Amino acid sequence: MSHTTNKGKINPGRRRLLKGLSALGAAGLMNGFGPAPLWAAAKVKMGFIYVGPRDDYGYNQAHFEGKSAVATLDWVKAVDEENVPETIEVIKTMESMINLDGAQVIFPTSFGYFDPHILKTAPKYPKVMFLHCGGLWDEKKHPKNVGSYFGYIDEPVYLSGVVAGHMSKTGKLGYIAAIPIPQVLRNINSFTLGARSVNPKITTNVVFTGGWANPVKEAEAANSMADQGIDVLTCHVDSPKVVVQTAEKRGIYCCGYHTDQSVLAPKGFLTGAEWNWSKVYIDYAQMIKTGKPIPNLVRGGLKEGIVKSSPYGMTVTAKAKENADAVRKKFMDGSMIVYQGPMKDNTGKMAIPAGTRYSQTDIWLESMNWLVEGVIGTTKS
Amino acid sequence: MNDTGLGFSGVLIAVLGGAVRVGTPFLFVSLGECLTEKSGRINLGLEGNLIMGAMSGYAVAYLSGSPWLGVLVAGTSGMLLGFLHALLCQQQRVNDIAVGIAMMMFGTGLAFYLGKSFIQPVAPRLPAIALGGWSDSAVVRAALDINVLFIIGTLLAVAMAWFFRHAKWGLLLRTVGESRNAALAMGINVHRVRLYATMAGGFLAGVGGSFLSLYYPGSWNEGLSSGQGLMAVALVIFARWNPLYCLYTSLLFGGAAALGPALQSVGVSGGYYLFNAAPYILTLGIMMMTASSQQRCAGMPGELSNV
Amino acid sequence: MHNFMESIAIPTAALVFSLLIFSGFVAFSGNNVLEVLAAIYQGAFGSWFSWQNTLVRAAPLMLTALCTALPARSGLIIIGGEGAMVVGGLCATLTGISLNGLPPFFVISSMACSGVLSGGAWIAAVGALKHYRNVNETISSLLLNYIAIAILNFLILGLLRDPATLNKPSSFPIGDANMLGTIGTTSIHAGLIFGLVVCGLLWFVIRRTTFGFSIDMIGGNIRAAQISGLAVGKLIIITCFLGGAAAGLAGMIEIAAVHGRANTSLNAGYGYAGILVAFIARYNPLAIIPVAILLGGIRASSGLLQRSFDLPDATTLVLQGIIFIVILASGAVYGRLNWFKPKGDSP
Repeated sequence: MSHTTNKGKINPGRRRLLKGLSALGAAGLMNGFGPAPLWAAAKVKMGFIYVGPRDDYGYNQAHFEGKSAVATLDWVKAVDEENVPETIEVIKTMESMINLDGAQVIFPTSFGYFDPHILKTAPKYPKVMFLHCGGLWDEKKHPKNVGSYFGYIDEPVYLSGVVAGHMSKTGKLGYIAAIPIPQVLRNINSFTLGARSVNPKITTNVVFTGGWANPVKEAEAANSMADQGIDVLTCHVDSPKVVVQTAEKRGIYCCGYHTDQSVLAPKGFLTGAEWNWSKVYIDYAQMIKTGKPIPNLVRGGLKEGIVKSSPYGMTVTAKAKENADAVRKKFMDGSMIVYQGPMKDNTGKMAIPAGTRYSQTDIWLESMNWLVEGVIGTTKS
Repeated sequence: MNDTGLGFSGVLIAVLGGAVRVGTPFLFVSLGECLTEKSGRINLGLEGNLIMGAMSGYAVAYLSGSPWLGVLVAGTSGMLLGFLHALLCQQQRVNDIAVGIAMMMFGTGLAFYLGKSFIQPVAPRLPAIALGGWSDSAVVRAALDINVLFIIGTLLAVAMAWFFRHAKWGLLLRTVGESRNAALAMGINVHRVRLYATMAGGFLAGVGGSFLSLYYPGSWNEGLSSGQGLMAVALVIFARWNPLYCLYTSLLFGGAAALGPALQSVGVSGGYYLFNAAPYILTLGIMMMTASSQQRCAGMPGELSNV
Repeated sequence: MHNFMESIAIPTAALVFSLLIFSGFVAFSGNNVLEVLAAIYQGAFGSWFSWQNTLVRAAPLMLTALCTALPARSGLIIIGGEGAMVVGGLCATLTGISLNGLPPFFVISSMACSGVLSGGAWIAAVGALKHYRNVNETISSLLLNYIAIAILNFLILGLLRDPATLNKPSSFPIGDANMLGTIGTTSIHAGLIFGLVVCGLLWFVIRRTTFGFSIDMIGGNIRAAQISGLAVGKLIIITCFLGGAAAGLAGMIEIAAVHGRANTSLNAGYGYAGILVAFIARYNPLAIIPVAILLGGIRASSGLLQRSFDLPDATTLVLQGIIFIVILASGAVYGRLNWFKPKGDSP
């Protein structure tokens, strides 16, 4: 079991917690008096909440790996809970972590936790920080003890697109996605733009499966796409395992997402876009330890080390690597602008007029609701 | 359409291939359910058998290196759940539908609990028979990569149809399913017949689960089944308790599930939620049209109307 | 009298027996049984905080359980609570959005009405199909769950989508003024009161009215009911309507007390958990209350088990499954226990 690896390390805390079970009743009574029961002093206490299983080879696992990394620090105590739905149950989970485990900072990692659940809970616990993955903290609207963090993962996705553009022989790429939301659409667009920077004739077919975890639909989509002559597949669903394995079975290339999936497709794996949450979580832990103020908004891409690319697969040509590495350098020094006009969407309308440039940090990009020219698919349900 | 791809003929191939790939778990579970229902009992819990089979099959295949041993263990775990189901249903005043729901919850929970450590590893897959070796087209070859389990399932459907009609035991089973009292009068041990039928049905559902985890999509995780086991129960009604119709409707459901992604992959997009719901709407529609208040449906075991 | 004794003693014994099986399971997985059981108790009922956690989770289960329990009294096994809840929540949201700006009391009442009516109609259709076309009610209600969820997904990504909800597609909000508050200073929302009142009310209807008696008669022997001149079809459809209405109300509360808008969180499995509650409570609306609280407690303790013992969240699923099976099996014991019978009383 992957999470048993750190079991031993958090054991001292765990023992204490067990002894403290009888004290839980008392801790419960402290509801409203702020965190930190006496028996667990001195450590930085962090709580992590995942919407799915923590070993899904994807989104939730990426966060769990980050949590495991920060939990190895001996001055940190990290607790986590998986499969927490985006209902009142997440409020109760956050409150339990605060009241029963004395968490000083909570990381609810699913987008849907933000509004209304975090926004409702945070004012009740002004001493606890609620750091949410994905959402956009707004100084005017949101409580001071709420913050958000996210990575510009479309940067490594763009690089995947560049590599895919070099490796594709048919000029047809495939993207298997869950639902048409801005994060997903931005990845699809960046992937396509990356590929079209190599070969402007390339197209990307999109299949929306309608849900974040639907292995049979994902496999079916992958097979249909292979049938259509698509020779590089990538995806944005909770667990890319099925898509990557199906692509390998069909003898076509694939790019990973969320975590490193290279072992699943030794022949066809090109590269992939990964989260690097361990850095983010360790940074936060250090800030709390040293008493530094925690910024409400943490966002970054390749340069900040919040996202990264998976290592290149064996088949990736030297030319593709060279090109991708050159673009990576531009991302690192901040000179790379992916979204600049003139840029048309795939219905022929002008999405970004000539002369307009949107740098990565631009909030306009976070509400993307269009697909770029060259993408075959629609944002309608 | 684009000139490089197969276009709409590709959709056809994808749907045909998908019918077999997606339809096989439906086939096994519906055959299992058909067998159980012919004995006069509904097992609504086959979803639990399916998930438990998927998990245990994957785990054993990974640990032993043999996918076929995995299939066997998957079937056995399904059979054990079937045994438990039968045992509970034999008690007085115990509703078999309620037991089914309980078994579904128990099987699913147990599989999730025990399966945690098998999400990461990669287990060996079941082999496929390349029936498309004659074709130059990679697409045709991929669509005709038929898994052995599908062939077994097809033969099983034929065998079961014959068994119900001609074999002595098949007649026995049907008698029990038609009228408990008649069977008792003939000196048949009703409990035992139903026990065996439920266990055999559970076994088949477990094997169906192993197809999901060991062949297609071919990995174990908690979201693996999206209710195929439940749908298969509906499918049996759709198939009028006829094993051969179970085969056809499984293929139909599989093809229907493949149609949405296939159409999107050639650029016919939008409306995917409606495509996803199509099999359910279709089933409901057919149930409405073919059922009748005047008489029970053709093929329906008589005892089922008394539950 | 011995009926009443049985109805307390047997479920209690079954519960203890399930905990024993579960203990074996926990011990097998290498954990200290007493510690785990103590943690379940702590997480569910050990403090006022835990109680609030439990009650909040129990509230929707009381209503969705009725969706299975009421029709079951007339002999129909319906598992469509999830769909009725989704439809009820969706229609309530539509009402809330279109009436937003009018006096909140009026808006909230209208939302409740539309939730009740739509959820009721959804399950009444199942009853009608069963009665007039002999369509298996278990299967049709299951299919309707999938269809309801597909409609929900379709609408929140399409027609109803508020473009401001970026990465969690949702409908437009019903407005803060139209939200249900919490009870006093607790964190428990008003849904609990709805649950308790509706369960009590329906218990009264079942036990103390001719209608309730007729329903039980149909469930006991439909032929006899027909012969005695009951309008069986009408009664079955009304019962289904009431069950669906309760689940629809649960959907409305989920919107009005928790989310404020419709999205996929409406489909969180409360409908399916309600089936379990209904069966354990043996279709008795009053018994649903403690059973829902018990189940809410088990679910509330899941978090503590994960955080303190590294047990997967499926642990409580296993426990629920075991309790469900044992309680069902214990059904066979009713009427067979001699020590509750007064002497000379024939069964």
